[in-house]
Amino acid sequence: MRNMKRFLLAAASAVLLSACAISPDGPSNESITKLMKQSFAERGVAKLDRLDQSELQRVCSEYTGKEMPKAVKEKLEQAALASVRYPADGKYLGDFSRGERIAQSGVGMQFSDAPGTVAGGNCYACHQISKQELAYGNIGPSLYNYGKLRGDSEAILKYTWARLYNAHAFNACNSMPRFGAAGILTEAQMKDVMALLLDPKSPVNQ
Amino acid sequence: MRTMTTRDRRQASALRLSAKAGLKALLIAIGLSASALAGAQPKDATEAEIEKYRQMLQDGNPAELVSLKGEGLWKKKQGPKQASLESCDLGLGPGVVKGANAQLPRYFADSDAVMDLETRIVHCMVTIQGLDRTKITARPYSGAGQSATDMEALVAYVVEESRGMKINVPQQHQKEKEAFARGEKIFYFRGGPYDFSCASCHAVDNQRIRLQGLPNLTKTEPAQKAFASWPAYRVSQGALRTMQWRIYDCFRQQRFPELKYLSPASVDLIAFLGVRANGGVMETPAIKR
Repeated sequence: MRNMKRFLLAAASAVLLSACAISPDGPSNESITKLMKQSFAERGVAKLDRLDQSELQRVCSEYTGKEMPKAVKEKLEQAALASVRYPADGKYLGDFSRGERIAQSGVGMQFSDAPGTVAGGNCYACHQISKQELAYGNIGPSLYNYGKLRGDSEAILKYTWARLYNAHAFNACNSMPRFGAAGILTEAQMKDVMALLLDPKSPVNQ
Repeated sequence: MRTMTTRDRRQASALRLSAKAGLKALLIAIGLSASALAGAQPKDATEAEIEKYRQMLQDGNPAELVSLKGEGLWKKKQGPKQASLESCDLGLGPGVVKGANAQLPRYFADSDAVMDLETRIVHCMVTIQGLDRTKITARPYSGAGQSATDMEALVAYVVEESRGMKINVPQQHQKEKEAFARGEKIFYFRGGPYDFSCASCHAVDNQRIRLQGLPNLTKTEPAQKAFASWPAYRVSQGALRTMQWRIYDCFRQQRFPELKYLSPASVDLIAFLGVRANGGVMETPAIKR
């Protein structure tokens, strides 16, 4: 009986291993990057180096739809947290009405954008934020009443800032762009979005 | 059983085209009521409203006019060799257009390569008609307010001949299997300043960007419905959009560089999506918002 159990365990782990193993004939990451570079052309702000995957992008691609080992995930999260640069003046909140405009704007960083286009945050593409905007996506959680529910303690300010700056610090390989770390939004823009979420006077917190 | 021939339907569509402006107004009105509903009512009510709007669109698809133009081009003798495309082999034998796109991309022995529909049409224009590849692929997509390009028209004609056919993208040849495997990797490839892959938006059920639904392409049924409905007439752009364009514009929003027309990555990705959609039924050319 014990032998049988052992045999079943061994068989089960063999199946698991083969499911995880990458087929020796499957395309390598290097060959895919090469193929991608042959298949795209630089235009406007979008250069070919966008196809050189970072460590984070490579690992996250590898594990999409699969369970990631805890150690791998923690390593990515630590690196992401270490990338966060907090505002030098210690001030976290800008102007919530400017923040609302940034949250609405989906332009920026596309090859079709005019040079010098200031990127938006496009927050409504994925999140409910203020109650007035009904055309919101649902890829991310609702942020309605974000500040009202959490308050504006130093800890919450720092956590929210880090979450906008590099969301992989808390949940590696989630879908949210690294608005600070990837240089999508400026520090001033990030402060405005922070105010939209956390300022008690923001429509989000009414 | 169809009660009207393809040609009858196209002519009826020509009469309906004057209603196109009305259709646009309707679209805006329904778009507004759909967005109002999103906040006020449960999600299935919103979905039902959007589905109603989709069904109304079906009643007059201007793509049929584009495909009429395409049929003319297909049968017209042109190019240095003064030949028509009627002898073009789209995979089911020379001259067979019926059902061909439901089985593309596939391996072609004459080129020793896997080709999608648009690659194959260009191949035929070059080899049969003697046309210049660079010239015919220089501007494949029409701009806003422009009439359909020759490529869009030819595509519209060929895909209409697969409407109602079962999707059956082959995985027999080794190169077809390799194209699928690369396409799968490309689907999950995260890159660019936003770290997006195709899977960022297309791997979870019932997700939306703003109010736009995102099919979960990792699941059979939504993968079938999505593949079956491209190429499509985009009402908001007033244009027939091809499968190459669909992939091109997704990558633009992913913040990747510009996808080259007929590039190897595009063919691999279309092969992956096609194989995942096998068993579905083609509805092309479809009509969309």
